[in-house]
Amino acid sequence: MIYFDKVSKIYSDDSAALSDVTLSVMPKEFVSIVGHSGAGKTTLLRMILAEEKPSAGTVFFESVNIHSLKKHQMNKLRRRIGTVFQDFRLLPNKTSYENIAFAMEASGRTDEEIESDVPHVLELVGLGKKIWSFPSELSGGERQRVAIARAIVNQPDIIIADEPTGNLDPVNTYDVIQILKKINELGTTVILTTHNRGVVDSIGKRVVTMENGKIVRDDKSGKYSL
Amino acid sequence: MFWVNIKRVVRAGFVNFWRNGFVSLSSILVMTITLFVIGAVIFILATLGSSLNDLKSRVDVNVYLAVNVPEEEILSLKADLERLPEVKSVGYISSESALESFKQRHANDQSMLDALNELSENPLGAILNISANDPNQYETIANFIKSDSGLSSEKEAIVSKVNYDDNKTAIETLSKIIVSAQKLGLTVTVVLVVISIMIIFNTIRLAIYTARDEISVMRLVGASNKYIRWPFMISGIMYGVVAALITLGIFYPLTYWLGTTTANFFNGINVFHYYITNFGQIFGVIAGSGVVLGAVSSFLAVRRYLRV
Repeated sequence: MIYFDKVSKIYSDDSAALSDVTLSVMPKEFVSIVGHSGAGKTTLLRMILAEEKPSAGTVFFESVNIHSLKKHQMNKLRRRIGTVFQDFRLLPNKTSYENIAFAMEASGRTDEEIESDVPHVLELVGLGKKIWSFPSELSGGERQRVAIARAIVNQPDIIIADEPTGNLDPVNTYDVIQILKKINELGTTVILTTHNRGVVDSIGKRVVTMENGKIVRDDKSGKYSL
Repeated sequence: MFWVNIKRVVRAGFVNFWRNGFVSLSSILVMTITLFVIGAVIFILATLGSSLNDLKSRVDVNVYLAVNVPEEEILSLKADLERLPEVKSVGYISSESALESFKQRHANDQSMLDALNELSENPLGAILNISANDPNQYETIANFIKSDSGLSSEKEAIVSKVNYDDNKTAIETLSKIIVSAQKLGLTVTVVLVVISIMIIFNTIRLAIYTARDEISVMRLVGASNKYIRWPFMISGIMYGVVAALITLGIFYPLTYWLGTTTANFFNGINVFHYYITNFGQIFGVIAGSGVVLGAVSSFLAVRRYLRV
């Protein structure tokens, strides 16, 4: 469903964020991308969201070249991708409910759908009681769960999680990973980046290891090995 | 879906306006100052305009006619003058009323009155008092009267004196003052308005700068550019509307207080009456400027962060 064909990204002459990366992700797969900071994990994810353009090579989403899309097609593509980040990226002036409702409004859902789905999805991530809280009134773990709820509410084909547990304590980390696993079991592709050994080992699925912008290992059922 | 989207962006605009209270407040304050400047310019131009009109109407040229000219001839000369496109109006002062006002002017000067009584008949001729549309046109009118081609020889004979030459310097100076006052007024207006627009644009740009991360998040969840832009524009429009209401509110007591002063000092209009009678137009200009400034500034400011 996602295919990187010999993708390189060069920011300046002497450093390449990605060099000649070829990687394919199948539907319903759970892929963990691991590596040190600066290994190119985030750049790889930003390519899928078309926030970065490759210097060479092509990125395909279901046989469509992502970077050839027009703006409004891009918006449609982004609605099929749920994103979760280390820094949560919630809208600070909106409540949990409104943050999730915004993503639904953006993809053109009706008011009835929003009213029924938002409480449901917040219940799913265990935040049924914090519907009307603003992000500043939530703990880190709670904020990340709102972000996950927002990512899954439009039933995307794929969830991209960039270091989602980077700012969380072990208990919240465990919860967040369990939620992602559950989403994956329900049929959504998940791409996760992390440098947390415990997280990778507990998932027990495909692990792609990156180093200096290159893929150095790709194990079907891997462990963290850096 | 169209109406649903309209409802959603309007609601989002209102909610943003309310929740970003401090940002809204400071934007409204700056916008109020801007609109106040625009409003003040309106009042100053109106006062200046009416004072200038007043001055202009006081400038005139008198045509003194010979004594004992029959009234028909005077009236026919008056009609000739009124046909000139430069002439606004011609007043006729008969020799009797000229004498009357002369007596009044010298009511305290007994020797002058005695001298006048010595005379058996009225020594004063009739006067035609000419007002022009524009002070610059007096010279043309005066020349017309004096030139051979202007009037027929019989009519020329009845004109004893045109006092344009006496007034010439005064009229020319006044014309210059009026023209430069208008130029100055226009320049000051343009400069003030441009400065105000730049200030308001920068304020709103700063307000939206603080929201740039939000805009990137909105893009990330797949919101279309219009859907991101409109709530900001609605907020901008609301800044304009609220600021316009505050400005109009401030002008009410202010013009009331200044009304008699301007009426006496400039010999012109009472700004309070001007405000009340032209309220519709003033409201339109101030509220319209506020709405347009708010919407355009927001549009331009958000556009920066919507570029991929």
